[in-house]
Amino acid sequence: MRRLVKRARSLRVTLWTLIVPPTTWAVHFLFSYLWAAVSCAKLGEWARFPTAFAIGTVIALLVIVAAGLIAWQQARTPGEPAPHDSGTDVDRLRFIAYSTLLLSGLSFIAVVFTAAPVIVLSDCR
Amino acid sequence: MSLHTQDDPELRKAQEERLREVWKPPSGWFFRWTDVNNNRIGVWYTLTAFGFMLFAGVLALIMRTQLAVPENDLVSANTFNQLFTLHGSMMMFLFAVPMFEAVSIILLPQLLGARDLPFPRLSAFGYWSFLLGGVFVGGSIFFNAAPDGGWFMYPPLTTRTDLSGLGADIWMLGLSFIEVSSVAAAVELIVGVLKCRPPGMRLNLMPLYAWYILVVAVMILFAFPPLIAGDLLFEMERLLGWPFFDAAKGGDPLLWQHLFWIFGHPEVYIVFLPSIALFAMLIPTFAQRHLLGYPWIVLAAVGTAFLSFGLWVHHMFATGLPKISLAFFSAASEAVAIPTGVQIFAFIATLWAGKVKWSTPLLYASGSLAVFVIGGLTGVMVAIAPFDWQAHDTYFVVAHLHYVLIGGTLLPLFGGLYYYWPLITGKKLSDRLGRIAFWIMFVGVNLTFFPMHLSGLEGMPRRVFTYPADLNIGWLNLASTLGSYLFATGVAVLVVDLALSPTRKKAARNPWNAGTLEWLALPEDEDWGIRSVPLIESRYPIWDQPGFVAKVDEGRFFLPDAEEGRRETIITSVLDAKPVSVIRLGTPSVKPMMTAVALGAVFILTTYHLYLLAALSGVATLACVLWWLWDTAEIPEKPEKGIGHGIDLPLYISGPAAPGWWAMFITMMADATAFSGLVFGYYFYWTIHPDFGAGFDRPGVYWPMVALALSLASWATTVAARELNARAQVLPARMLLIAGAVLAGISIFAGLRGLSGLDPKANVYPAIVYVLVIWTVAHAAVGVVMQLYTLARSFAGRMTPTHDADLRNITVYQHFFALTALVAYLTIGLFPEAGL
Ligand code: HEM
Ligand SMILES: [Cu+2]
Repeated sequence: MRRLVKRARSLRVTLWTLIVPPTTWAVHFLFSYLWAAVSCAKLGEWARFPTAFAIGTVIALLVIVAAGLIAWQQARTPGEPAPHDSGTDVDRLRFIAYSTLLLSGLSFIAVVFTAAPVIVLSDCR
Repeated sequence: MSLHTQDDPELRKAQEERLREVWKPPSGWFFRWTDVNNNRIGVWYTLTAFGFMLFAGVLALIMRTQLAVPENDLVSANTFNQLFTLHGSMMMFLFAVPMFEAVSIILLPQLLGARDLPFPRLSAFGYWSFLLGGVFVGGSIFFNAAPDGGWFMYPPLTTRTDLSGLGADIWMLGLSFIEVSSVAAAVELIVGVLKCRPPGMRLNLMPLYAWYILVVAVMILFAFPPLIAGDLLFEMERLLGWPFFDAAKGGDPLLWQHLFWIFGHPEVYIVFLPSIALFAMLIPTFAQRHLLGYPWIVLAAVGTAFLSFGLWVHHMFATGLPKISLAFFSAASEAVAIPTGVQIFAFIATLWAGKVKWSTPLLYASGSLAVFVIGGLTGVMVAIAPFDWQAHDTYFVVAHLHYVLIGGTLLPLFGGLYYYWPLITGKKLSDRLGRIAFWIMFVGVNLTFFPMHLSGLEGMPRRVFTYPADLNIGWLNLASTLGSYLFATGVAVLVVDLALSPTRKKAARNPWNAGTLEWLALPEDEDWGIRSVPLIESRYPIWDQPGFVAKVDEGRFFLPDAEEGRRETIITSVLDAKPVSVIRLGTPSVKPMMTAVALGAVFILTTYHLYLLAALSGVATLACVLWWLWDTAEIPEKPEKGIGHGIDLPLYISGPAAPGWWAMFITMMADATAFSGLVFGYYFYWTIHPDFGAGFDRPGVYWPMVALALSLASWATTVAARELNARAQVLPARMLLIAGAVLAGISIFAGLRGLSGLDPKANVYPAIVYVLVIWTVAHAAVGVVMQLYTLARSFAGRMTPTHDADLRNITVYQHFFALTALVAYLTIGLFPEAGL
């Protein structure tokens, strides 16, 4: 566990890592929409609890949670005391990590929102 | 006491003289317009956008006058159609988006403590394109030729040339041209934020305005290209009769709606986020404390940007799409309320925690938020599909959209105007007139738009030029009309205030006592941007860094001089703003203006079906671009230069560290997005037509695969040329460039060969295949031009093994070209053949 935490902290964070969670949402969203559109158009129906959809959702959530956990560890990298907004390496790391963590939260909710209608709705009409 | 060289006042004066000389604007009645300094371009840009806004506002007043009483006949139905189309289109394309870009072009260099943004000539090009396109589109109403299909131009009404006239072409081509300038500005802003920050301004110290601008500019990059792709299909249908939206020939008008709203919904946030960005600058100033929750705001900006791309279908709830798809979009629409709320709470918390000074800008900020929130609430209502089915295309929607746009764009901009006027002119606006204007407008907005909720629910459809008296909505409409005149009065008071400004005396420097860099500007403007580029250690350096202002003014930071007589700025690294190089900036030139005119001519002449002249203008545009590019990426007279404090930076960089590389990369992202729009079209037709492509000649497998192989070979030779050139193998590199050009040239023939036998007018299948192939071969042709250009640079000694920016940049292009060819040729060559 400690080793994992250390690994997480030593990962390089960039602007690209910041957009991992929302990009995951975007991919999942597009996947859901296309899946629904194609199956409604080609099969004329939308299977209740389609397996591929469930797997896709779980994968998306796992990616988001993983990004969030890594970010959380990085946001706790020890350094200067709060408010953590000076121009040091650690504070910049913390900043991106914290923003990533927040974005993971938002993306998680958004993926759940996207998945929810599938439970309620079951057909194309 | 240290004996620093900058202590010598003589030296400082000499430096100032040199800077002033280098940054002197061109003079003369014509040449003054060839200026490329972003500070000045930004002002022209802002004034022009403001002018278009006033014009579009007058159109709205005429509409409201017509609607004041039932069965009015002030204007005809036809004129009314032109009025609302032009009003909506101008407000969105010629005011809201360009205004944000214009304001950012003024503010960003100052906020980032840069001498200027990296591509001043590109900004000038964007400005001239905007002016030209805007006058063309706006002026059409005086010739009774304005577009009349509504700002979203739904086909088939607008694609059928017997039902719509020149107006539709003016809309498509004029606005496509303006979209080009928007994308140009987006490139400038993104590279500016990423690469032109002052040393020490790490990502976590960046002013929030810069974060928002970065986010919004990236949104433009992904939102506008699908519309450009749509415009392309649209004009192919109108001018050549290719049936993309014609259901009788397998097309589908819904494809337009998709492409339009993939642009259209993010557009709402593209015009709203910059306003929030203005708030993020002025709220800390008037609360006199740091903004609370910095990472939360960044989350909100990035989160909104992403989610807003998942909303487009909520404009299409009434088109009969499968309910399950609608539900996804409804969900995203609800989710986007979260980040919007976060931003507003961060502002309230900051105000709460500080000692608030109630100033005019803050009055505008809070008033506009109130208006915006009402619009947001009705937005949540229409995001629920069953309610939308009731309210769709009624005045309820008109009320909603205006609350959002006026609260989210117009009023915040006025607040920003009051806040930033001293920065631009050195003078304050009148607080008293400002407040009077605000209250008149505030009452006016509500009086205009609140009754529209009711008239909408009573059943008044939007886009009607009159309504029957017995619908009993006459009084609601009269109230709306009175309100709109009241609003116009408020705007007039504001304009009077602006007009009185030259008579007022100069204000103090930094009159609001703000903490961010842009307020370093002196009331008596200097063109050099910033006296010396500072080292940043805090988010509010003027407040937090001792002696900051004096140090900047005395040239104690970086790059205080212009010894070589060149305009320069510092380039830093993306994450941590470590200085990496000094670049030489473009100087005043007629090239941007000429390029804009030539490109404008292509669009305008095409509108009038003067294809030969349009083609000639196209050639002229290409010539202008090459002429313009020829003296970019120049090899400096010495490898390095000192920027003070013992730091020496290179004067030439290439690859991912260089702004030019980023510009190419970003432009290609936009290009790839437009291409995805076309590919989306192909698969869209495939999903809705069970027998897509059956019964028609097809390109087959052979020719597409040959074209693909040749395209990939051209890509590979370019990559190899780059590598060999970097290893000083100049001759083989040149040979490879020639080979690459030849291979790409043959790929064009192969690609077109596959089209023989296809008739794009007959059905949507051959038409979309044609478009994909034409797109790809056009890219191959541009690739050839680039390869030959690089070759010429190599022969001219402007590109060498150590100075290889050109070659690195065209390789970026080639990567994207290879991808395009791969997707296009595999799609048309294999997809229908596989029997799916
Ligand atoms: C007080 C100022 C304004 C008034 C009185 C006004 C009035 C109107 C009217 C009467 C319509 C036609 C509605 C219909 O028939 O469907 C309209 C449409 C529209 N307005 Fe405004 N407007 C104002 C400001 C703005 C602003 C600031 C924006 C954007 C930044 C804007 C954007 C639009 C758009 C996009 C449409 C839709 C056009 C269409 O349906 O094609 N308006 N406005
Ligand atoms: Cu929308």
